[in-house]
Amino acid sequence: MEVEAAKYIAAGLAIGLGAIGPGIGEGIAASKALEAIGRNPEASGKITPLMFVAMAITESTAIYALVVTLIILFA
Amino acid sequence: MRLDISLSPEILFHIGPLAISNSFFWLLVVSVFLLLGVFWLNKSLKMRPGKIQNLVEMLVSGAYEFVETTADDKKLARRAFPLVFTLFFFILISNLITFIPGQAAVTIKTADGMVPLFRAIIADYGLVFMMTMISVLTTQIVAIYVAGPFKYIGRFLNFTSPLNFFLGLMDLIGEIAKVMSLSFRLFGNIFAGEVLGAVMLFLFPFFLPLPFAFLGLLTAVVQAFVFAVLTLVFISMAATVAEPEAESVK
Repeated sequence: MEVEAAKYIAAGLAIGLGAIGPGIGEGIAASKALEAIGRNPEASGKITPLMFVAMAITESTAIYALVVTLIILFA
Repeated sequence: MRLDISLSPEILFHIGPLAISNSFFWLLVVSVFLLLGVFWLNKSLKMRPGKIQNLVEMLVSGAYEFVETTADDKKLARRAFPLVFTLFFFILISNLITFIPGQAAVTIKTADGMVPLFRAIIADYGLVFMMTMISVLTTQIVAIYVAGPFKYIGRFLNFTSPLNFFLGLMDLIGEIAKVMSLSFRLFGNIFAGEVLGAVMLFLFPFFLPLPFAFLGLLTAVVQAFVFAVLTLVFISMAATVAEPEAESVK
């Protein structure tokens, strides 16, 4: 296999596999937050920013995969 | 037409040994703009606020209330607020400024060929790394100040039992990993947003980039918020973590 082709496959695999876990995790975070807001709508002002922070932390592994992908592709 | 994406910022020109990249140039522009804005606002403060002063007061007091509820400590909130809000505001402005249309069209000729004059500031890892270091070092200084130097080291090098030693090492790795996770999160999101926009423009220049521009707008605000809030959470964790330990010792 040529190096160039291997690079593209590696980049696709890296981001594709890396996005699975965080995708599921962020879905869980959002569903739980929405559930909580449904139970107690007055608390939405407190829950929403916390949900964003939690989602951003969950997202970080996907971002690592993304950075690896970008380095493979462009550096 | 081909896609031009580079991970490192392009060099515009050199002043002696110092290479001036396009993100550095743009950073200076934004900093000067912010400083002038602050000086102007500071001079024109009135008892009866005008429109702009009203807006800024609303933003600052809203942010301060949020910091107070998140830090859960009035004194800490007062001390941490300037750093946290500066980080938030700077990242927010430098992200939003990339949405001024027509920037990518401006190129200048250098030794390496045509180079775009503008680049998203946060899409330069050097700056993000420095901001992360400010945030992480502040956290460590707060932790040392609150716990005292010996206890601070004792948290990481604990010889009372093998398990505690292992946990201390894991804590140490966790502190170092903060640098990576904080900086890569901000840099990766913004740079990926830039790449996504470029790819969508490349695929189909009309209408298709629009929803992605909205996504980028959301990312720009949320990531600025997240960076600032994580800094705040780290600082308030460092400021309070010593207390329950002190109680368990006696």
